[in-house]
Amino acid sequence: MPPGKLPWWRRILAKPVLLKSALPIIIIISWVVLSVLIDNEFVLPSIVSVLLVLSEPFTDILGSGSLAGNAMVSLGRVLIGFFVAAVFAIPLGIGMGRNGKVHDFFDSTIQVFRPIPPLAWVPLSLAWFRIGLTSMVFIIAIGAFFPILLNTLDGVKSIKKTWIEAAQTLGAKERQILAKVILPGAAPTMWTGLRVGFGIAWMCVVAAEMMPGTNSGIGYLIITSYNWGQVQVIIAGIVVIGVIGLGIDYLFKIVERKKFMWRELDR
Amino acid sequence: MTLIVEQISKEFEQRDVRSPALVTINLEVEDKEFTCILGPSGCGKTTLLRIIAGLEKSTSGKVIIGGEVVTGPTPRMAMIFQDYSLFPWRTVLDNIAFGLEVKGIGEEERHNVAALYLDLVGLSGFGENFPYELSGGMRQRVAVARALAIDPSVLLMDEPFGALDAQNRNMLQKQLLEIWDKTKKTILFVTHSVDEAVFMADRIIVLTSRPGTIKEIVPIDLPRPRDRTSPDFAKVRRYVLGLIDEQQPTQ
Repeated sequence: MPPGKLPWWRRILAKPVLLKSALPIIIIISWVVLSVLIDNEFVLPSIVSVLLVLSEPFTDILGSGSLAGNAMVSLGRVLIGFFVAAVFAIPLGIGMGRNGKVHDFFDSTIQVFRPIPPLAWVPLSLAWFRIGLTSMVFIIAIGAFFPILLNTLDGVKSIKKTWIEAAQTLGAKERQILAKVILPGAAPTMWTGLRVGFGIAWMCVVAAEMMPGTNSGIGYLIITSYNWGQVQVIIAGIVVIGVIGLGIDYLFKIVERKKFMWRELDR
Repeated sequence: MTLIVEQISKEFEQRDVRSPALVTINLEVEDKEFTCILGPSGCGKTTLLRIIAGLEKSTSGKVIIGGEVVTGPTPRMAMIFQDYSLFPWRTVLDNIAFGLEVKGIGEEERHNVAALYLDLVGLSGFGENFPYELSGGMRQRVAVARALAIDPSVLLMDEPFGALDAQNRNMLQKQLLEIWDKTKKTILFVTHSVDEAVFMADRIIVLTSRPGTIKEIVPIDLPRPRDRTSPDFAKVRRYVLGLIDEQQPTQ
């Protein structure tokens, strides 16, 4: 049977692009249909009113700031928290990966703290740091810390012993082995950790901004819009969160493809 | 530079059980000599090479190079591993230049030197490639160039051609002999292949099975380049094979 004669659903299955866009299209159509059926902007606003909000990202919304402005505030907080997490997690991961005693000293404690969801720290964080940047950074950093740590540890442990031995016989000193063998050798796995860590940090910031007393950020905008009954702004905010998260993940992946290709190819 | 292995013994300890791997190995390698260490697998020949390289500690005895006792890895001896152990994130040229880089030599100079050694192993034109773009044989030649670039006195080679197919293996053996001829390095070459040892070596150190001791040192006087198909070659090979076979338990 020539391809043109295939039934429509077989044609969709055959083309990855069509298959990938099928579900989003179904969701959008269902949204349009449902919003007409429900006919209540406070439950499910029409797609048009959400697009209207998205089309004016720099317009102030109910005195809470604009979409873009609040998104930038959130992004700034994430960057600080993410940076703090990386500064602690990367050296610790390298230390634990290189030295069994360091590993054993920290490992049990890490295993206990790792399964605690970052949001469980919110009340303690408020008690210790009050409402404000510090407590948000604290929660974000906790969220990003563990994926960065565990992947750094994995990356360092995956270093081939003969790489280090080759470097030693070629005259490299301890510090040079760290800089020229261990760091570049572990970099691809560390990068994966940073990518996952950033994703979690991004989730944490939105939740942290919903804490009482916050007065900026995309999470704050969403929770305020709820109080004002502006459901179309809530949905627009959710879309912005998704798009930014996706965009940053994409940037991480581009670097991964350009710089760390050797990990896949060196077999 | 003369390499002396003096009374080297090695014991491995596992759950309070000590098992000897090497027993009183004495060996003297002359300058510019090509020596093969030959033995059945598990006889400790790799362990011996690693002790000589300073990568492992012996239980007793010492290794002396150029009058100095070896206490750890030294740039006087460069090691070549069976798995090449090239740095996959570095280009071929930057792999070869690694030893010069850690010595603090500037980029331009070390790249010039690296290019010379790249040429020596017959890979000029591949400097900007990454190791994963090369075949196994080419990678091992890069590893040889990387070792030579620091200008060591001794090359230690741990079954370097063990992972290659027969054709590549023979080609690399010839190339290594050419390189040895040009650079006049002392080479200590571990192998389990009798054919390889007879083809390459000035002297073959035949080890017994575990625990490894020196069974016999066989000088190979065949003229080079050696012909694998000649009757003389066959005679020597049969003799060395006999030494190895004697110690295998008959089944």
